[in-house]
Amino acid sequence: MSNARSAVRRTLSVVAAAALIGTLAACSSGDDGGSAGSGSASDLDAALEKGGELTYWSWTPSAEAQVAAFEEAYPNVDVELVNAGTNTEEYTKLQNAIKAGSGAPDVVQIEYYAIPQFALSESLVDLSAYGLGDLEDQFSASTWGAVNVDGKLVGLPQDSGPMALFYNASVFDQYGIAVPTTWDEYVQAAKDLNAADPTKFITADTGDAGFTTSMIWQAGGRPFGIDGTDITVDLADEGTQKWTGVWNELVEGKLLSTTPGWTDEWYQGLGDGSIATLVTGAWMPGVLESSVPDAAGDWRVAPMPTYDGTPVTAENGGGGQSVTTQSENPALAAAFLRWLNSDPASIEVFLASGGFPATTADLENPDFVNLESEYFGGQKINEVLTQASKDVSTGWSYLPYQVYANSIFGDTVGQSYANNADLNDGLAAWQDQLVQYGNDQGFTVGE
Amino acid sequence: MSTMTEVMTTADAAGGSRGSRRRPTRRPLASPLRPRKSVAFTLLMGIFVIYSLVPLVWLVINSTKTQAGLFSSFGLWFDDDFVFFQNIWETLTYKDGIFLRWFGNTLLYVVLGAGGATLLATLAGYGLAKFRFTGRRAVFAVVLGAIAVPGTALAVPTFLMFSQLGLTNTPWAIIIPSLISPFGLYLIWVYAVDSVPTELLEAARMDGAGEFRTFFTISIRLLSPGIVTVLLFTVVATWNNYFLPLIMLSDPTWYPLTVGLNQWSAQATGVSAQPIYNLVITGSLLTIVPIVVAFLGLQRFWQSGLSAGSVKQ
Repeated sequence: MSNARSAVRRTLSVVAAAALIGTLAACSSGDDGGSAGSGSASDLDAALEKGGELTYWSWTPSAEAQVAAFEEAYPNVDVELVNAGTNTEEYTKLQNAIKAGSGAPDVVQIEYYAIPQFALSESLVDLSAYGLGDLEDQFSASTWGAVNVDGKLVGLPQDSGPMALFYNASVFDQYGIAVPTTWDEYVQAAKDLNAADPTKFITADTGDAGFTTSMIWQAGGRPFGIDGTDITVDLADEGTQKWTGVWNELVEGKLLSTTPGWTDEWYQGLGDGSIATLVTGAWMPGVLESSVPDAAGDWRVAPMPTYDGTPVTAENGGGGQSVTTQSENPALAAAFLRWLNSDPASIEVFLASGGFPATTADLENPDFVNLESEYFGGQKINEVLTQASKDVSTGWSYLPYQVYANSIFGDTVGQSYANNADLNDGLAAWQDQLVQYGNDQGFTVGE
Repeated sequence: MSTMTEVMTTADAAGGSRGSRRRPTRRPLASPLRPRKSVAFTLLMGIFVIYSLVPLVWLVINSTKTQAGLFSSFGLWFDDDFVFFQNIWETLTYKDGIFLRWFGNTLLYVVLGAGGATLLATLAGYGLAKFRFTGRRAVFAVVLGAIAVPGTALAVPTFLMFSQLGLTNTPWAIIIPSLISPFGLYLIWVYAVDSVPTELLEAARMDGAGEFRTFFTISIRLLSPGIVTVLLFTVVATWNNYFLPLIMLSDPTWYPLTVGLNQWSAQATGVSAQPIYNLVITGSLLTIVPIVVAFLGLQRFWQSGLSAGSVKQ
């Protein structure tokens, strides 16, 4: 099932890639059509007063209630909410609509890793024209960085995923394993656990591009650099090798569960203890709570392990919303977006759905920080998670064709995982393909 | 273990009945009263039947489980909770009954798309088989070429064309491309050459019947096994159509079942994951029921149509 799905996904990214060629060609013609228009904060209030119709693409569970609350507050505005697919499926549709020149929504949900792809093809409105740049103080530094591409504010952050170590405490207790604080301890814990019970693994990882890039991010690697259409790809830099040094021990030592992420077996493993930890974004508690109810009370959160004891994390997952240049009413769209991601009424709905915020006011709110999670055995998990959001390492960027890059991850780095072989070889193969693809797309790619 | 034996017995039963049905038409080597048994072939057939049936058995068994039960029980046997009917109810009512809407959409695409494709393929195939006109060879080449091009390869150009026509995100974007079935046309063409005697048409013309009257009163009856075969092909193709609606539609209210179920399945992934695998599985089961019924009901025509043109008369 997952094979078939990834085949489809690959085909889709080829479609998206075909569409991307056209968009880049269009943007290289130089003339910035200025479809963003000009505007200011007062224009947004005027637009809300005047009203109109908007289309909003999103797959977040909170979107429906947020749109309802918005329409109640601004009865002149009619927002049509469309679930155009989850992550890559939506990006394919968006890319196709951009290529076709029509059919894109006014406001669209895009994850951080995919934002540069749409930003650099001039498909997203620069929101600083509407004075939204003033909102900088309201968002955590790492999420604000993610929506600023090439000097333009191309979206507003909705959620964030500072990474932490989620672990099944009942498994750890049963085998007398201490919670690891460094990656060396983590590898040792993996060995001890698997030696004590060969059906139990420290974590499941069959090669996930989002996870790998986040781990490289934490290790200090900066493999992707963007400066206009000049790009660098270096998947053998110091930070990357620091990560492969640790993770190779797990991959080559067959210490990782081979259950693919997000499948029913994976959820099963999270419930029965055969997958003992997850190093992932701060949005995970909501997923565990709603989808692995049987393991209530077993899970705890600890800071992400480090290499040298200095606390440092990375972002994993999360995203925001953007206004497309196809929007016929960008001022109204920007006004909706401002409400969606900064108005307390909207964020309240978002938090109630189990999301992890990007807004500093909520990250510092004592009620939020001190919340005792019943699922996590009464632990104040947000103390760990909000601290993680302050410890995110800076200066990271994704490729302007990261959606495509992630789609070929399985064929390159995934092979190292499948063969329990050196990850550096897989990363080198990934790099070769990324350089070639980037050059084919009209970028100038250096290594 | 008990599952395996159960599957084995059903497999044997199915294999046996299929074998005995075919035998008389096939001129067996051994005497018809005492057919020779081949252990190797029976075994091969058994393996193949198991191979085909296991996914179906899995689907039926797992549609009786809760979301939690799916994770905690053995895949090829039942869980303690039997929630089959509750799953069906939830599938039909989830998100204001969007499944029924998708079901209706699929029916619409099948009736208009597959029905239209069959009509057009019949008219064109018959015309090419029974009328002599210039350019026939060119049409032949184009049709053969069209069979060779997979639909997936045409999806992006079709999308861009429909987008310029303003038809994306409408039902027409699914129905119009489904109207063309080069394979169906070719099949009717080949079938019509043999099954509609030219002498019969000439006799009808002598008696003063117009071409359309001849077609609708005489030829269409002779062609009916072929037409049903093409209908089945196109119904199956439209029912299972996935890629085209996936890229053409962004509004879930126009999704067919295939794309809708995939959206449910994708819900289990990523930041705000909401897995509803029990509904995906039950929905899949409900989705294949009509197509299985259509197959069983029209099987006779299907078989005779498949062998059309295989024997030179």
